[in-house]
Amino acid sequence: MTSASAGVRPKLERAGELAVLIGLLLAAWQLMHHIAGDIAMTTPLETIRYTAKLLASADFWPHFETTAKAFVIALALALAGGALIGILLGFHRLSGEIAEPILVAVYSIPKVILYPIILLVFGLGLVSEVAFGTLHGIVPVMVFSMNAVRNIKPVLVRTGRVLGLSTWSMMRTILLPAAFPEIFTGLRIGFSVTLLGTVMSEMFGSKRGLGFLLMNALGVNDVQLIMSLALLLVTFAAIANAMLMAIERRIYRLK
Amino acid sequence: MRKATWIRLVVIFGAVAALEAACRLGWIRRFTIIPPSEMAESVVRLFANPDVLSDMRQTLTAIAISLGAALLIGFLTGAFLYAVPRARRIADPLLATYYSVPVFVFYPLLIVLFGLNAIPKTVIGFLYAFVAMIINTLNGLDRVPDVYWKTAEAFQLGRWDRAVHLILPCAGPYLFTGAKLAVMYSFIGVIGSEFILSSGGLGYRISFSYNNFQNDVMYGLILFVLLVVIVINMGLYAWERTLMERRGGR
Amino acid sequence: MDALVTVRGVTRVFAAKGGVGQVHALGPIDLSLPSGEFFAVVGPSGCGKSTLLEIIAGLSEPTTGEVFFDGSRVGGFVPRGIGIIFQDDASFPWLTVRENIAFGLKRRGVDALTVRQKVEEALKLTGLRQFGDAYPAQLSGGMRQRVCIARTLVLEPRLILLDEPFGALDQQTRLLMGDELLRLWRETGATILLITHALDEAAMLSDRVGVMSARPGTFLEVVTTRWPRERDSTIATKPEFGEITSHLWALLRAQSIKSISETAAP
Repeated sequence: MTSASAGVRPKLERAGELAVLIGLLLAAWQLMHHIAGDIAMTTPLETIRYTAKLLASADFWPHFETTAKAFVIALALALAGGALIGILLGFHRLSGEIAEPILVAVYSIPKVILYPIILLVFGLGLVSEVAFGTLHGIVPVMVFSMNAVRNIKPVLVRTGRVLGLSTWSMMRTILLPAAFPEIFTGLRIGFSVTLLGTVMSEMFGSKRGLGFLLMNALGVNDVQLIMSLALLLVTFAAIANAMLMAIERRIYRLK
Repeated sequence: MRKATWIRLVVIFGAVAALEAACRLGWIRRFTIIPPSEMAESVVRLFANPDVLSDMRQTLTAIAISLGAALLIGFLTGAFLYAVPRARRIADPLLATYYSVPVFVFYPLLIVLFGLNAIPKTVIGFLYAFVAMIINTLNGLDRVPDVYWKTAEAFQLGRWDRAVHLILPCAGPYLFTGAKLAVMYSFIGVIGSEFILSSGGLGYRISFSYNNFQNDVMYGLILFVLLVVIVINMGLYAWERTLMERRGGR
Repeated sequence: MDALVTVRGVTRVFAAKGGVGQVHALGPIDLSLPSGEFFAVVGPSGCGKSTLLEIIAGLSEPTTGEVFFDGSRVGGFVPRGIGIIFQDDASFPWLTVRENIAFGLKRRGVDALTVRQKVEEALKLTGLRQFGDAYPAQLSGGMRQRVCIARTLVLEPRLILLDEPFGALDQQTRLLMGDELLRLWRETGATILLITHALDEAAMLSDRVGVMSARPGTFLEVVTTRWPRERDSTIATKPEFGEITSHLWALLRAQSIKSISETAAP
């Protein structure tokens, strides 16, 4: 039995299973529409058509830009800041020990209730949105980076010393690459959570952005728009996450 | 007390004290943040406020329902997926990407479906929490050592006995982890939804007081929710630790 | 005397991974265990010793052949009267030692008073009396195996199957556990089938030793030790012990080489 045949069949099976999953989800959607009626939902087909129209309309893109801008900045801050702080906390044991319960506590609270404080401090606008998105995303990145560094096998540090490497060089060539896979997992989770934070901040107290568009659509009972935006955001989040997971699997395999 | 613990207490106390000083000295405007001492006072006053008490009841009821449903349905679904590997393989991509999707985007849709009442936020709380229970149930069942399955046969255990007396206690710690996460997500789901848009509940009351410039009430509520969540989480962590100590981490 | 366990023409064949061809894992095996005997099985890795134990226990079905325990055919489930000790620690960390031992009795609906009585007896028999209220996590590996043994013995099995029960233990603990096992064997009068890869253990403990070939495992020879029933690890000093052990190795050496070279091939 060659390795080629061992690989192809599982791939076909996996694709088949994915197709079944998507099929089931679409069927459930269609069924819900059947029960709830046109006033409450649109069918998958209608939603896709409307989404195409939406993407073609000029009104959509300014809102998209607002969200995209806030998201990208928040992402950069959350990933870079979180990784940096997390790595430092990982290397300095005491600080890490002090910080950990605080981080866990922050992770478990409904951060959305802190949003008014952010608004009071930064005012309405891009800064608040970015702050909120960053607040969401930075915590998991920190926690994962910290743990990634803590989990570096001591034998690697000893190897570095034996090779006579300086601390910086040891970190660069041995330790951080060893910690990278777990850090990447944190980045992936940080990505999704930052997106959540950014969109949520627009759902409250905002005048622009996809989140605002969503709540506005609710206000005027524009069901098509509500479903269309939900579909866009869910699809984007799912596909982005799937891609990141594929990269992550490859990173772990190289390890 | 461990070194890290008391340093942490000092840090937290110091931060609160610094904030108190900054507020009292006028470095931070009252409009933005009120002194922590006044926040504490406000928390106490909340309990005299009938509207707030009604909100607390609403929120806790919604959380309880969504949590109960999440634990039960999450566990049963996890057990089902474990028993039917085909179904598990199909559901797997969904489970893997579930928490990357911003669940709250479904909130408007739920409001359209059910109206602006307690149902949409309870559903969101449930949706947010139950998958964590599924994932951890699967994890726990996966980790039942092979030798236990054989031991069950060696004792001629029926399926019910095996499930109740062997598998459940064995998977217990992971089920507990799932339950812990479900608690957390129920809180976030319900209160988050109330905050965005609702007719009642603590989250609603926070956004209401923000919109009506009632800073003292707002900060009191925020502090109250934070304290409740932190105390509950600490309690669950501590309980988990005592359960695991006896078992030596198995 | 009628044999307690009879194995006739048992083989185990299963489909290879990837669905191409078959793997002939075991057999054909013929074996007859008289009641009260201590029988050991040795053989190279992968020869199917554990598979044989599982088939005799009723944990899996043979492809051909049959197993009889106490006159009835074994199949599909583990008959009452058979106790099994596995290599992996099967003690339950969420129960105390006492509760672990009581487990099988309670599941059978035995009344509380009898349960308590029998558990105390088992604790005494296995030397665990001081540890009744401890949790397995607080005990060493050897003690945990004793808990598993006590848990099995309390059900008074007529046949006790042990699959490399001391594999995870260090040599000295093994030897002591071997003495324990002999003592329990004498006191309960049970029939014992022990699977081990340690030749000295097999030679020291058993009445007969079945030597299996490399896969597919069959019995090359069954060596009779002729030891008296009252024995312990000190028989290692007797010259016969050395002879038996050398004979076992002489039989096994070629098989072990064969088994290793097979697993090393791509």
